[in-house]
Formats: sequence, structure tokens, C-alpha cells
Amino acid sequence: MDGYSFADLQAILIMQGFAGISLFSVLLLMALGLAIIFGQMGVINMAHGEFMAVGAYTTYFFSSLTQNYLPGFLDYYFVFSIIAAFFIAGAIGYLLEFALIRHLYKRPLDTLLATWGVSLIMQQLFRTIFGAREVSPALPDWLLGSYEPTEMIDIPLNGLFVLGLTVLVTGGVFYLMFRSRWGLRVRATTQNRVMSGAVGINTKKVDRLTFALGCGIAGVAGAAFTTIASTGPTTGSLYIVDTFMVVVFGGAASLFGTIASAFSIAQAQSIMEFFLSGSMAKVFTLLTIVVILMLRPEGLFSTKVRK
Amino acid sequence: MNLKHTAGLLRHAKRSLLILSLCTLGVGAAQAGPPTAQVNTTGLAVTDDTVKVGILHSLTGTMAISETGAQEAEKLAIEQINNMGGILGRKIQIIQEDGASDWPTFAEKSRKLLVNDKVAAVFGCWTSASRKAALPVFEKENGLLYYPTFYEGLEQSHNVIYTGQEATQQILAGLDWVAREKGAKTFYLIGSDYIWPRTSMKIARKHIENVLKGKVVGEEYKPLGNTSFGSVINKIRLKKPDVIYAAVVGGSNVAWFKQLKAAGITGKKQTLLTISVTEDEVLGIGGENLKGFYSVMKYFESLDNENNKAFVKAFKAKWGADSVIGDVTQAAYLGPWLWKAAVERAGSFDVDKVVAESEKGDIELSTAPEGYVKLHANHHLWSKTRVARWGDDGQATVVFESGLIEPNPFPKGYQ
Amino acid sequence: MKSFFYNKLLGGKQGAIGLLVLALVILVVFPLTLDLFRLNLVGKYLTYAFVAVGLVLLWGYGGILSLGQGIFFGLGGYCMAMFLKLEASSPENTSIQSTPGIPDFMDWNQLTHLPWFWKPFESFGFTLIAILVIPTVFAFIVGYAMFKRRVGGVYFAIITQAIALILTVLIVGQQGYTGGINGITDLRTLHGWDIREDSAKYTLYFVNAFLLLGCVMLGRYVLTSKFGRLLLAMRDKEDRVRFSGYDVSTFKIFVFCLAAVISAIGGAMFTLQVGFMSPSFVGIVPSIEMVIFAAVGGRMSLIGAVYGTLLVNFGKTLFSESFPALWLFLIGGLFIAVVMFFPNGLAGIYAKYSQQLAACVKSGRGCARSLVEKLRSLRPGSRTGAGSQAGESL
Repeated sequence: MDGYSFADLQAILIMQGFAGISLFSVLLLMALGLAIIFGQMGVINMAHGEFMAVGAYTTYFFSSLTQNYLPGFLDYYFVFSIIAAFFIAGAIGYLLEFALIRHLYKRPLDTLLATWGVSLIMQQLFRTIFGAREVSPALPDWLLGSYEPTEMIDIPLNGLFVLGLTVLVTGGVFYLMFRSRWGLRVRATTQNRVMSGAVGINTKKVDRLTFALGCGIAGVAGAAFTTIASTGPTTGSLYIVDTFMVVVFGGAASLFGTIASAFSIAQAQSIMEFFLSGSMAKVFTLLTIVVILMLRPEGLFSTKVRK
Repeated sequence: MNLKHTAGLLRHAKRSLLILSLCTLGVGAAQAGPPTAQVNTTGLAVTDDTVKVGILHSLTGTMAISETGAQEAEKLAIEQINNMGGILGRKIQIIQEDGASDWPTFAEKSRKLLVNDKVAAVFGCWTSASRKAALPVFEKENGLLYYPTFYEGLEQSHNVIYTGQEATQQILAGLDWVAREKGAKTFYLIGSDYIWPRTSMKIARKHIENVLKGKVVGEEYKPLGNTSFGSVINKIRLKKPDVIYAAVVGGSNVAWFKQLKAAGITGKKQTLLTISVTEDEVLGIGGENLKGFYSVMKYFESLDNENNKAFVKAFKAKWGADSVIGDVTQAAYLGPWLWKAAVERAGSFDVDKVVAESEKGDIELSTAPEGYVKLHANHHLWSKTRVARWGDDGQATVVFESGLIEPNPFPKGYQ
Repeated sequence: MKSFFYNKLLGGKQGAIGLLVLALVILVVFPLTLDLFRLNLVGKYLTYAFVAVGLVLLWGYGGILSLGQGIFFGLGGYCMAMFLKLEASSPENTSIQSTPGIPDFMDWNQLTHLPWFWKPFESFGFTLIAILVIPTVFAFIVGYAMFKRRVGGVYFAIITQAIALILTVLIVGQQGYTGGINGITDLRTLHGWDIREDSAKYTLYFVNAFLLLGCVMLGRYVLTSKFGRLLLAMRDKEDRVRFSGYDVSTFKIFVFCLAAVISAIGGAMFTLQVGFMSPSFVGIVPSIEMVIFAAVGGRMSLIGAVYGTLLVNFGKTLFSESFPALWLFLIGGLFIAVVMFFPNGLAGIYAKYSQQLAACVKSGRGCARSLVEKLRSLRPGSRTGAGSQAGESL
């Protein structure tokens, strides 16, 4: 690396480190919702990406509303649209669980197919309602541009925002799962459904809320990703494989595993992207995960679960 | 299946009857154009007062986003031609088929249009892959395709007229401009990983190294649909190129520009030239993320000439005030007009005669929205290339306009 | 010998009738009633039916859902396409290239000689073997690694899906060697025989149809053997089969390889009939679509899979011609409906109705009410019953 000053390299190192962390927060935010649904309930939700798109379109919807009716509110609407995205995606998830998923708990492979069907329908709905073209919500100024601690370092503000949000959501999920009564019930149901029912837990209600929570988090992720990526009818399908790989690689039933796996995948990918050009970085990352999963099918962390 | 087929047979029989009766009627009736037997010797779907053409674009699937504008423009042109009295006294009837973003479907629907419907010409295809899939069908059945997209070149079929720019037309003028105006010496090339960006970048690299005596400091291709550009942006930062030269497409394109902006790489600090952003893409990317960057295209909606003003007005009147018009949409609009010119000069709808006229290399359109274009003997168009700077309203201001550039699909020294 | 043929390959009286009807439909009815354009379409659909038949074995009987069958379809198709492309790229045909005699896309990507792994595909014999062997070996490696470690169910589905994605990205990214996203196009002749001619299209249609019937019979042979029973037993109570001393993983690997080979034959026939091969048949979406073909036809019925494939594809062509916007709603709804209400697909409905019909003919009364009851009993709750029924009628 001749021709570069030490300060140059240092700046790049810092920014590259942040790129890795930023990718980590993106992957984690994508995967958290699925980790809850898949990990805790064993349901394969192939429409997870579309729930993210619900969040993204919610943001877009709020953005056009604000632009048309409350232009002065443009700086703040984003926060509200994230909250709205959570509840809207969660509500749709709640309905979906009631109408479809609960009939299929004993047949995980069939849920996979049914939710794939749901994802196709949702894609076409987005297309019918919002048009086939990609849309772009107007972002508040405080999310655009970069933070420049020194002359040479630019830290993307949207990356910082997603990072902050991820920390918040992850913290919230951990609190819910491990510190609240409700989380206790969820964990009890995961570990032994029959027993939980016997001690008076309404397992059906637990299932429904868990699914809704997972979908809601997907909605939050989608809303946050409008700052860094595209919003279109097929946006969701871009994420689905990556999301599943993160969850499976981490060990399905372990939230810690999901974090560890998002971190290692993100670091591996961003380092490979830096040193390799072309599609090979993607191929190598996925290939490594697949090979490791073949050698260690239970993923990085595994919990004993009684079925 | 059988029911459906019977219905198809019935339809077919009805159609033949209809054609037959029209033919017999036509013998006595007064005719606006020359007799059908004279303008159609190869069994195309031409009657005394109609001629059928096909429109073949994706209405469903991932490509529907891009292809919508093209088919809208083709319909507009055909409507305008019909209002002027049609071609050789015959109104154009459209048979529209959906390519469904699926390449074999394009081949399959091309075969349907040519074999079952006997259309005189097809306006359609968008991606190179769909054209490559349909091409053998057009060559075998001797059909005629008007293809609207700017593309990588390296092709010249007897059966295709290319109304978009081939790669050298689009690329060289833009590079010359940036070297001259911005004194650019170092370039970073980035594109999506498939044939069009790779071929374009190959041409760009040769031009930069051999003609401009500049240097390519990095070349990068990301898989289609990739949304993380953080590492690439850092690489670009390390190399400090004078110009970023980009050909990222689809959803990736949106992520690429949003992340550039977030990394503090904006039009103010950095020259960026892209060959993959038209007005169609701007909606998704957001004007504020593009502001100050340059696109190299042959057409922009904001072009200031009478033809274009009339075209934009007619397009928005037909397809809605908030519709946008990109480069490919305009190129698609040229297709029916070029066909009309060639058919009228040939005095026939026969594909070979129309192609023979087109190959004489002197069919001109002075009414084209992009200005004057002329069809070259090699089936491509002579056209101007423009460099335009994006504003945050999603429109671009032209800052440079080349002279008419000769199309050269097999550029010597660039392969 | 006769009983072997009758019982094993045809699957007894009922099976023989089903197979005969299928053969009549695809060998006689379609060619007589459809014009060449439609017939060629049917031919293309039937190549997908190979994959669906493979999935019946793998998923319906083996209980292993692979979301990456497009991989094998693609491998078979690419092998055939490589051979045809080399034949189409004779030095005379490619004289305008900088390096004549290599495929056009290699020339565009500055390759100056044929890569080593393309060389063997100059031989037709090698190509035929490769179509069968390469997918098998690939399936064996994947299957061995995963089934030996008892990766199953959902994990297997997700990992195969990831492999399909990897392969697609690889093919698109290595365009100098693979033709990239455009695929390998403009295939013309097979040993000088022009596959684009009408007569060739008829011939290929029949070759394809016979191969498909052959694969159905092969599947049936496998299922009526002891192995078929073991497969079913494994699907329902894997541990018990293991405790009985059987090596479960070997059986799984075998059925995975078998499904792969059948898919690959379909892929090769696809290339021959359609005239090109591209990465869009390798990826995630086509792989899942092929699962729905099998599901609609009935995951327990080899013949049903063929009908299911035809039905869904006819629907797709019909709807995308007339109401393109509705198609995704419809196919999405179909996914859900099949899973929720008709887990045994067309074959399950047929099994129920045919019994009911027989009963109706006998009694002549009360048909409607009992039909409704039968339909109800098709719902998931009574799945095992319906499954064994459809299983018997194969």
C-alpha cells in the first residue's frame, strides 16, 4: 500500500470498521424478527421480507402525507413512521397468524410454502397500491449526510441511526424475552408447549403475540432501511436468503446466536468486499456459511429444545 | 385444457373467416392505400384497412418497473400514427403480450406473435437477456423487432432495429467530456455484475487508457440486488479517483446512491458519471441523493426543443401528469415512427423489404423528441449523446451535447 | 417377468390405468389437438414435470423438502447447452470473432481459448454421461454432508435454497465461462440436426414425453420396492427406522440423488426444446415454483405431479395473457389453498371423488351431502388418511 499516508490508512480503517458494524446492525435488525418467529416458534416465514416492505411503504405513505399536509413536520415524521410501521406490520402479522399460521404449526415445511404464497400476494398488493416503480420517502435532513469527526473521516448518519435503532430494538427484545412475565411465557412455551398449557399459560395467545412481535420488528427494520436501500414491490425478496442465513447460522433458538452470527457474517462480508472485487465476495461468504452449517448443523449456538 | 384449446380453434376459425370476408369485401370497396396483395406478399396479418403489430414487454415481474414506460411510449406513437391515417392507408392494431420478466416467455411470446398472429413488426424487449432469448425466434421466423434499450452492442441482426444507443455511442462522448471539462485523469469503475456493465466498462477502460491517457484505479462489480456498498465506498475513498464511473442497476442503484450520500460523497465534492440513471430511476433513488451527479444518455425529459415539448405534453396527457419519461421510453417511442418511415418507402409490409429500406442508411426522423436521428445501415441510430446534471427535483439539466455520433456495435480497438 | 412389469413398473391395475391415461393425454391428445406453438409450450412444461416427479419422491415420500431443485435442472440444462453451444460455435459460424471457434460470449469476455472444463463437452457421449453424473455427484456431496449429520427438514430447505443462490450468483458473475445472465443462447443443431425445425420440435416433444413416462415408471418401481416402504416409514417415524437397524441417511442420499438425476434430464430436454439455458432457471424462484407444481398435483402422486405442472403452467400462460395483474394473487392463493385445504393436491381430490363417484353410481342418492363431507375430510386434520389413500393409488 504505497502512496498512502498513515493518516489516510487510519481513516480508512476506522471507516471500514464502521462499514462492518453498520452491516452488522442491518443484518441483525433484519434477522431479529425472524429469529423470534423461527427460533422461538419454529415457523418459517418466507414473507418476512414483505413485512419489511410493509414497514418501508408505511414510511413512504407517512412521508407523502407529511409532504402534502404538514411540511413543517418533515423533520420528525420519521420517528412516528417507525412506530407506525411496528404496529401496522405487527397487526398484519397478528391477522396472518390467526388466519393461516396457527393451522400449520405441526407442518413447518408447509408453512414455508403457504407463507411464500403470502409473500407473492403481498408483492402484488404493493404493486397495485403503490405502483410498480420504486419509491423514495423524503428523509429528514438530520438523516442525510455524514458526521465528520476529522477532515478525512465520514461516518454515515443513516448508518449511525440504524445502529442506534438496532441497539434499542435488541435491548427491547431482550428485556421482553428475559425480564418480563410475557417473555417467560414465550420461553416456557418454546421449551415445552404441553407443560406450559398445563400450568395455565394461554399458549395460543402467546403464539399470536410472538408472531405479531416478530412481524412488527420486521416492519421497523423495513422502515429503517428506507434510509439506506430501495423501496419497491420486490424489495423484500432481496433480503430473505440473507436473513435466513443469519438466523440459521446463529443457531435457530438462540437470540445470542443471532447476534453472534450477524456480527461474524457482517465482518466477513465487509472484509471480503474490501479485498475481493466482483460477486466473489458474496459467493465466498455464503459458501463459508453453508460449509460451516454442513459441518455444524445446529449453528453457532444451540439450545436444547424439547419438541 | 381441451376446452381452452377448442375456444382457441374457434377464435382462429373466426379470425380467418373475418379476414376472408374482409378480403372479398375489399375487392370492390374503395381503398385508401395500395391493395393488400401488393403490400403483403408473405402472409402477414395485413388487411385492407388494418395491420397488426406486437408489443412485447414485461407487465409483471421484476422488470415491469422499467418496461412500463417503453410500452406506454410505443402505444402513444401508434395512436398518433393512427390518428394521422395509419400506414399505407391501414390502421395499426396492437397485440400486446406480457414477457413476465422471464426470458423463455419472451421467446415463447415472440413465436406466438410471429407464427400465430403473423404480426408485421414487434416493438419490445428491454433487457439484453430477453433480447438474446427472443433473437433466434425472430431470425428463424424472419420477424422484425424494434429494440429500445441502450445496450452493450456486439450484435447486429438482420431482424432487429436498435433504437437505443450501443455502448460506444453512450460512453465515449461522456468520457471525453469529463476529461476535457473536469481534467479527469483517474477513474473508478463500478457496475452491477452482468454483461451490460461489464462490456460498457471494458469499452470505458480502453478509452480511458488508450485515448485519454488516464488511469483506471479500480474496477468493481456487485451482484444484482446487492444493497451493501459500505466497503466499496471506502475503497473508492482510498483511491481518490477524479471520476466515479457507475453502471449500477435496479434496487442496488438506490442503495448505492443513498449510501454514497450518507458517506459524504456528494456532487459538490466528487464528480460522478453514471450511465444507468434515467428519469425512471430517479423516483426510487430520490432527487436529493443524486443532486450534482451526472448522467450520460441520449435523451432527458428536460430537453429544450419543440419536438420534445410536444412529446412530453402528449405523453403526460395520455399516461398521467406524474408519469416520467426516461431515455428508453423515448427510444421506444421512435420505434413505430422508424417502422412507418421504412414501410412507406418500401411500399410494403414485407419484412425483407422493410429491412432493405432500413439498411439503405438514410431513413431520418426530424420529429424525434431527442432531435434529429438517422438510421444507419448497421441497424442502429445515429444520435447525439448528452451529459446532464441532476437537480433535487428529479430533473436533469443538460450541460453538454455531442454532435451526431455514428453507431458502431463492433468497435475496433475496444473489444 | 410379466408380473414384474405389471406390478412394479405400472403399479397394479389402478396404476396402469392412470399411466395409460397420462400417456394417452401427452402422446396422443396433445399432439393431435394442439398446434405446434402450443405443443412446444406443453413440451416445455413437461420438462418442469421431471423436477416435480423428482420432488414427489424426495418430498412426498422422503419428507425432505429441497428448495434447490433448480440447481439440478440447471446443471442438466447447462451440460446440454455447453455441447450445443460448442457445435454452434464452429470456426465458420464465428469467423467475425477475434478468436473464431469459441462461443461468442467468451470472445466478448476476452477469452482466447476454450476453458479446460468446456473441452470434454465437444463429445456428445461425454455430455450425455455428464448430464446424469454431474448432478448425481453434486447431490451426493450435498446429501452426504447433510444427511450424515442428520440435518433435515427446515434446515435442509434453507441450505439448498442458499446453494441455489450461490450457484446463480456464480453463473452470473463468471460470464466469460458461463454466458452470464443472458445464459447460453442461440443453440442450433445437434450433430447437424437442426433443433429449431418444426419436425425436430415434434421429435423432441415425443422423446421428452417418453423420457418423462420412463421417469414416472422408474419412480414407481422405486416406490413399490421395499425401499419405497422404508422411505414412507422414515418420513413418518425416522427414529424407529433407525433403531430397526437401517442406515437412514444412505436412503436419504439415494433418493436425493435420484430426484437430482430426474431433474437434470428435464433440464437437458428443456435446453433442447427451448434452445437456450439461463441462470433464471437455477435460482430460488424457479426452485420454489417447481415445489408448487408437485404440491398442486399431489405430493404423493407421481402422475399427479405431471398434471399439476401442466395445470399451473397453463394457468400462468392463460392469466399472463389476459389478466397479468391477477396472476400473482392467483398463484399466491394457490400456494395457500393447496397447503391449507388440499395437502394431497389434485391426486387427493381425485382419490376422494372417484370413490364418491363410484358410491354415487351405486346408491344414486345423497351424493351432494356426502361429497361435502368428503371435502371436509380432505382438510389437514385428516391428512394421514388422505395420504395413505393417495399413496395407494400412486
